Amino acid sequence: MSETTTTSRRRFNPIAVIALCAVLAAALSLAACGGSGSGGSGLSGAINIDGSSTVGPLTKAVAEQFNAENPDVQITVGEAGTGGGFERFCAGEIEINDASRSIEPEEATSCEDNKIAYQEIQVANDALTVVVNPDNSTDCVTIDQLAQIWGPDGTAADWNEVDGLDFSAPIERYGPGTDSGTFDYFTAAVNGEEGVQTKDFNDVGENDNQTVTGVEGSVGGIGYFGYSYFEANSGELKALQVDGGNGCVAPSVASVQDGTYTPLSRGLFLYPSKQALGDEATRAFIDFYIQNANEIGAQIGFIGLTDEQVATASKQLAAND
Amino acid sequence: MRPGDPRTARAEVALASARGVGTEIFSSQPRADVIRAAAFSVALYAALALAVLGLAVLVLDNLIEGAPRLNPALLTNGTSSLPANAGLRSALIGTLWIIGFVIVLIVPLGVGAAVFLEEYAGSRSRVARLIELNVQNLAAVPSIIYGLLGLAFIARAPLNLGFVVLTASLTLALLVLPVVILVAREALRAVPGSVREGSLALGATKWQTIRHQVLPAAVPGIATGVILAISRAIGETAPLVPLGAATFVTFDPNGPFSRYTALPLQIFDWVKQPQAEFQTLAAAAIIVMLGLLLAMNSVAIWLRNRYERSW
Repeated sequence: MSETTTTSRRRFNPIAVIALCAVLAAALSLAACGGSGSGGSGLSGAINIDGSSTVGPLTKAVAEQFNAENPDVQITVGEAGTGGGFERFCAGEIEINDASRSIEPEEATSCEDNKIAYQEIQVANDALTVVVNPDNSTDCVTIDQLAQIWGPDGTAADWNEVDGLDFSAPIERYGPGTDSGTFDYFTAAVNGEEGVQTKDFNDVGENDNQTVTGVEGSVGGIGYFGYSYFEANSGELKALQVDGGNGCVAPSVASVQDGTYTPLSRGLFLYPSKQALGDEATRAFIDFYIQNANEIGAQIGFIGLTDEQVATASKQLAAND
Repeated sequence: MRPGDPRTARAEVALASARGVGTEIFSSQPRADVIRAAAFSVALYAALALAVLGLAVLVLDNLIEGAPRLNPALLTNGTSSLPANAGLRSALIGTLWIIGFVIVLIVPLGVGAAVFLEEYAGSRSRVARLIELNVQNLAAVPSIIYGLLGLAFIARAPLNLGFVVLTASLTLALLVLPVVILVAREALRAVPGSVREGSLALGATKWQTIRHQVLPAAVPGIATGVILAISRAIGETAPLVPLGAATFVTFDPNGPFSRYTALPLQIFDWVKQPQAEFQTLAAAAIIVMLGLLLAMNSVAIWLRNRYERSW
């Protein structure tokens, strides 16, 4: 059988096949990269952003609007979490970090070691929203009750084990991972010490949607995340009012802006590096961000800055001139 | 072939008719064996059905959910935070760039390594056996490990390429290279020794023999392996996460040193979004990706069937 095939084998020239593969790949790539014509403002450059998954959606929306006017500025937005973002920021790998808390002393040291100077600019407010299943009869919790659910010790297994609550269902906790600024902020505000929390919870990492589905599917479920995630899912979840010592307050735009939703309201920040602020495109982007975040954010459930806060942010940015 | 295997039964029947003894052996086969054979084939079909059913459910589920967004705009629109405007363009182009460079890297390296191991290194060579062992082990390393390797050595120092298309291509190429080498070796080994000996006997040098006889004969097998490897590279998400593939890019990746996102990451990002419309979009994107993978695998199967020869 084997002697008959010698002549016909020439068809498969391996070099030709390899060359064909390479050409094909190149052609695909070339065909794909058309249409990057210039236009607009004349600003160009690259802005790489990473960080909080709470701030991420706002940054994406702002970046999109900014790009509509400045198509030649290449913007990337990742969501590694506030902590994960700071790690990359202080290694000089990104220009801006989205943060849902202020920078930590260790992170500041790391930035210093790498000679990365930065500035904190607040771009939005947030109500850290505690959500439960709609079938849960609880409407309002105190910080102490939250600590009984989320605290590192003496953790309640059932809702009725929490002092003062009479709903009965096993507690199922859904929380962000340790790279998350939301985790840091919540543990500091509720458990009194940052990063300390019960180990008995479903770690959803940076995927807050898992909290939505988890709490939606479990009568005794409880979770927490930025206000915008609640806004987008308010039909499936119930937000608990929080009693920080002055009565029950529901998370809302008003209660955050007037400062009554305590202690779970917080600022959302951008951390641009000073070097990036010297770049025309980045500077223009942050300026655009501060001026437009309220309007853009309102459409996707973010709580805007007060006029006073906008003025402060603009002043902080201008101080770099 | 064990008793109970339907092939055994068939072989026995064949044997029986060949001997001309007719139905005597067939009818004298123990009843228990027949039942066992039937049960076994039912079990085999059940296993097959389960696997196909899994795929079918996945495809159907996503098809139903993603149907409203399965339109050309899905492919031509760029990333957007408004689900109505969002599309796959940047991710698709990012994936094409990455895969393009993966092909350029793995074909010469993979085939070269296989030719060396199969044709040049003797099977007794210690070095060759060490390499072989390592290649086989590497094929079993979880993909996230390659991602971390890429982060530590390619994205950061010593290569220090940064978080660009080429970093992803190099990492994914490392990830699928063992598969290509293993498959290419298999294809080379399937070329009978008589072909090599015949060529050498006619005065061809070793390189001429490999270049004109062995490699062409092995191309179908190698091509199949390469396509399957590429399919795997397209679907990999885990190694790209530490490599800083941003999930949201407002531009089209335009070269090896461009920042990028890729199809599986885009899907991952959409699934994470709070709005339900993004879940629909993710389902539609899953269909696009599954379609792409199935198409590539079909090409691999077609290639194998079309050019495969028995010696």
